[in-house]
Formats: sequence, structure tokens, C-alpha cells
Amino acid sequence: MENPFRSEAAAYRFLLLTVGAFALIVAAKALIGTWGATVVFFGEVVALVVYYVRSRNQERPEPAAPEHVGGELDKRILVIANETVGGTALRDEIMRRSEGFDTDVLVVVPALNSRLRHWASDEDGARAAASERLDHSLAVLRGLGIDAQGEVGESDPLQCIDDALRTFRADEVVIATHPEGRSHWLERGVVTLARERYAIPIGHVVVDLEAESAAGRT
Amino acid sequence: MTVHVEAHEHHGPPAPHYSSRISPVILGILLFIASEVMLFGAFFTAYFFVRVVNPAVTQWPPEGFHLPVFVAGVNTAILVTSSFTMHWALQAIKRGSRAGLQAGLVLTLAMGSTFLCTQLLEYSRLGFSPADGSLGTIFYGLTGLHGAHVFVGLVLLSVATARAFRGHYSPEHHHGVEVPGIYWHFVDVMWIVVYATVYIL
Repeated sequence: MENPFRSEAAAYRFLLLTVGAFALIVAAKALIGTWGATVVFFGEVVALVVYYVRSRNQERPEPAAPEHVGGELDKRILVIANETVGGTALRDEIMRRSEGFDTDVLVVVPALNSRLRHWASDEDGARAAASERLDHSLAVLRGLGIDAQGEVGESDPLQCIDDALRTFRADEVVIATHPEGRSHWLERGVVTLARERYAIPIGHVVVDLEAESAAGRT
Repeated sequence: MTVHVEAHEHHGPPAPHYSSRISPVILGILLFIASEVMLFGAFFTAYFFVRVVNPAVTQWPPEGFHLPVFVAGVNTAILVTSSFTMHWALQAIKRGSRAGLQAGLVLTLAMGSTFLCTQLLEYSRLGFSPADGSLGTIFYGLTGLHGAHVFVGLVLLSVATARAFRGHYSPEHHHGVEVPGIYWHFVDVMWIVVYATVYIL
């Protein structure tokens, strides 16, 4: 729903709506009585909530695409991953997408936090853990010849993409998640939402850390 | 395959970062409206507490209190009309009509002043004061809070009017009229709620 006071014209329309809404309440009071006015009031509140929910569902921002940087063979890949940042599947995917290109890679690890800690601004632990995972991942990538940069981002992966794209104009985004059923991001539809929001290729890599760990033991 | 460190070719600080995807202007007005809603909400809560929860109140308004519904109704019509002229003023400058802008702002200013003067006049004739029970306190508190907002709106409109007569504003640049206009409509919206709640219902 749009802000009703985003401009003078919008505020004026909102005023007219308010006049109409309260005119109905007053008319109900005069014709039916206090209970009539109460029913009209709550009816208007319900109508407002329904309108808000519907308009919120319909609102889809225009997909945005950062401007390409460099020549035809230059490619910028933004990687969003959390616990899966060190997964083999992700490393393979980065290598595959880098094939034949002069590639810049930026790895962003969201500082996942509990909701309570987030609202209490207690993010130190989450950022430290994310930073540790990132360092480990960068070390592994460098070991494979990929000299990538990395940073710790916000706890919301979509916000991470938003933030990163402002300074790193990526041509592609790769989101790494746990398999279906174990991934909160998939449950929240992060990949789908990212594809709706950005007009650049959004890749999705499933990293099954348990399977990789089991394979490593055998 | 060549893979290397990502190099930032951008010089200087990065572009402004709106982390919530909301522009600062919109965020500012949203925060302002939210704070105002909370302020008025506190007064309305007190009003409804006095009116609904108080077991001593069997009729509303209580005996001995008379609210000037008709005069306040006329005042409401004046204030709503002032929003029409405010909107007209802004539309006029968008079309390049300076005379329309000036006339619209002067009319808005005049009607806003009339509203405030009438309210003050009514205060002197009400027959009760803020010290006369909880109704007196909350009535003056709520209408007085709104009156203070009208006063601030009149100050903003006075500045905009003075600038309009000094040749400021154009079809492309009229932010100085738009912002007082938004505020003025907000004040009107709040009065509709106050009038309907306190005087009518």
C-alpha cells in the first residue's frame, strides 16, 4: 500500500476519503444509533485491512538490473551463502560460471541472527560467526585459484543482495541454500523473490552439507 | 579462465544507501506521520478511557456540559474547504499560474485563521474549563492539541504565501508549497477524526 501522505495530491485524496468514511459513520449514528455507527466503523476498518493486504500482495517492484561493468568477457558474480558457503557444490558452481570469463567474485555471508537478538541489536555474535564462515570459505576458494572478495551482510539475504548490488554491479547472482525441507530461505521463497526483484540471472545452488560430509568420511 | 580480486572502479563514497528501499523523503514523512498518530492516539485513548470506562458517566456529554456541535460543524466545513483551496493553489503553480497559487494560499491562510479564531472564541463561551473534570481536561487537551497543529500549519502557510508573493516557486520547483500542503491535509484529516469523535458520536 502506498503512503497516503507521499504527496500533496495523495494527502488530498486521503482527506476526501476520510471525510467520506466519517460521513458514513455519522449517518449511521443518526439513522441507526451508536451500534450502527460502531458496525460501520469496524466495517471500514476491515475494508481497509483487506485493501492493504491485497495491494501488498499485488505490489511488485520493477525488476532492476545493475549496469554491466567492463567488456564482453568480464563477468561479476555475487554469491549469497550462509552455512553453505564452504560447500563443494557452491565452489563447483562458481568455477562453472567463471569458465571462459575474466571473473570478479564477491561472496556475501548474511549474519543470521535470532529475531529477538535482531530487535535487541545484539548482532556481534552473529557477525562473528558469519565472518568466520566467510574467512574459511575464502580460504577454500583461494585454494582453488579463485581470488574472491567477501563481506558479512545483513541477516536478510534479499537485503544482502540489495546492499551488495549498490557497490558491486553483478552480472549474476548465485544463492546457495540447504536442500528443500532444511532451508529457511527456500521456505521463505528467497530465490523466487530475488528473481522477481532483479532482472539479472539468479542461480540457485543446493548444498547438502550432510551428504558432502558423509562422502568425505568414506 | 582468469579469476581475480573484484576491483572497485568507483571513486569516492558509494551511492546513497537506502537499506529499506524507501527514499529518505518518504521515510521522513512516514516517521513524522507515525509520531503524530501516536501523539493523537495517546489523547484519543485518554478520551475513550474517560468516556467508556468511567462508571460515573451515564450520559455523554455529562450533564452540565454542552458542546457547540453546530458551530464546530461550520468550522469543520471551513477547514475542509481550506484543503480544497490548498489543493487548488498547488495545482495552479503546477500549471504555471502564479495568480492561482497566490489566491489559493491566501484563501487557505484566511480560512485556517478563521478556524482558529472561531475555536478560540468558542473556548471563551463554552462554560467549562480544563479544570472542570476529566471531560473538560480531555476536551481542551484534544482540541487544543489540534489547534496547536493548525497554528503550526498557518505559520508554514504564511512562509509559503510570502514566498509566493516574492516570486518564488515554479511549475518545476514547488516543494515549499507541497510540504505545507501535505501537512495541512494531515491537520484536516485529524480534525475530521476529532470532530466526529468528540462532537458527533
